[in-house]
Amino acid sequence: MLNMNDVLETIHMIEGENLDIRTITMGISLLDCVSDDENRFCDKIYDKITRKAEKLVSTGEEIEKMYGIPIVNKRVSVTPIAIAGGALSRDGFVKAAKALDRAADTLGINFIGGFGALVHKGFTVGDRNLLDAIPEALSVTGKVCSSVNVASTKAGINMDAVKQMGDIIKETAYLTKDADSIGCAKLVVFTNVPEDNPFMAGAFHGVGEPDTVINVGVSGPGVVASAIKRAGDCDFSTLADIIKKTAFKITRMGQLVAYEASRRLDTPFGIVDLSLAPTPAIGDSVAHILEGMGLEKCGAHGTTAALALLNDAVKKGGVMASSHVGGLSGAFIPVSEDQGMIDAVSCGSLTLEKLEAMTAVCSVGLDMIAIPGDTPAEVICGIIADEISIGVANTKTTAVRVIPAYGKKPGDTVSFGGLLGYAPVMKLNEMSPAAFIARGGRIPAPIHSLKN
Amino acid sequence: MKAVITVTGKDVVGIIAKVSSACAEYHANIVDISQSVLSEYFAMIMVVEIDQIAVEFTSFVDAMTKLGKENGLVIHTMHEDVFNVMHHI
Repeated sequence: MLNMNDVLETIHMIEGENLDIRTITMGISLLDCVSDDENRFCDKIYDKITRKAEKLVSTGEEIEKMYGIPIVNKRVSVTPIAIAGGALSRDGFVKAAKALDRAADTLGINFIGGFGALVHKGFTVGDRNLLDAIPEALSVTGKVCSSVNVASTKAGINMDAVKQMGDIIKETAYLTKDADSIGCAKLVVFTNVPEDNPFMAGAFHGVGEPDTVINVGVSGPGVVASAIKRAGDCDFSTLADIIKKTAFKITRMGQLVAYEASRRLDTPFGIVDLSLAPTPAIGDSVAHILEGMGLEKCGAHGTTAALALLNDAVKKGGVMASSHVGGLSGAFIPVSEDQGMIDAVSCGSLTLEKLEAMTAVCSVGLDMIAIPGDTPAEVICGIIADEISIGVANTKTTAVRVIPAYGKKPGDTVSFGGLLGYAPVMKLNEMSPAAFIARGGRIPAPIHSLKN
Repeated sequence: MKAVITVTGKDVVGIIAKVSSACAEYHANIVDISQSVLSEYFAMIMVVEIDQIAVEFTSFVDAMTKLGKENGLVIHTMHEDVFNVMHHI
């Protein structure tokens, strides 16, 4: 029997604490669209995506109404285009990006992910052509997201790819300079990239996945923050329990939506991603959860410990609530998409170095961070190499999504609008890692990768 | 299948009559009601069977939301599964 308090608690979570399903993402394999003719390839991928995901948005809206829970985004991820379009030229890849963008427009989705490559051990001809196409592709499309996996714990770090990504990020920033270098907000550099992540900009459909699949990303930092606030002065064991119980409830909602979407779309259910994904909305901040635990400001000493506790408890609570958990599954700490992070950076409490330390204990990495437009490419490569090393050494996903905002200096603000938010430009260590980056080659895989 | 209708707002005469009339109109059979008034603030939770309703469930949701707006009330109509999965293992 339904309990009145349970009903009111659920409604309060949705109405007052921003509980929502962040995204239903349909993964679509494009491996059967292979062609050495670029126009034919573009036609085939457009047709397949628009056919398979035709009802994605309308189904999402129906479920939203049936359960009374907002489903913020409906999105599509596809096979890395460097694999599906391995025979294309650089210009062919730009055309393919435009075809993806058209498909996204037709479907009415806000992002499509998978314009990327997996180059952790080296480049194919297709990988090279795709990488060359990224800056132009991101400047001539609006909804296409790109991700490049440059390392893995098994393979080590492809430092040639890291070096190239520095140049690609700079060029993308330049080509989209009229919109605060927004192209870089749609480009992520990964290590140990998950193949079933529903969140953008890093979503793509892995080659081990079925033809189509439904992955769901839940959210709810506001719900966790409120639960911690209500608990008052409790010890850490109690605090962790409160987070676990809250994460369980949030994830059960995600599982319900995933199951229903999978049934209605006649598409296999893949995973629920247990992430706490903030938005710039008031009361939807991961930083505010950390502050709610007793930190004066996010970035204070103690922040990493607080985040580690949060991240672990979210996973423990969520994992029993879903039949399959995957994707990134952890707390996100993007700067521009989290009002608490923005405030912490603006007041000088949160630095890039602290953010880097925080990424060792939570999902993703240095995310949505605006840096000065005149940052040399090799400094960006150094940021990537450091962050990727944390992931490789700890057998976890890490990523870098930095925006060297063209013409902007520390203290300026860049604004992307919508869920991407706005960010203060952060100061960087200006010492040069150029000679280190220029060495090229691969950093060998760590010893603990040898598990067989 | 059942749905949960929650009604909140300032207490006036006839709220239950209006909501239950609408349920009857759409063939939603009321199986449980709990209701209270606290400092002129009205709150009601109603459980209804929706197997026999006359329209699509989503249209019923819209109709109830509209009824709420017309009468200065907030009405949520949600499938019972939302509460079951969140609060029961």
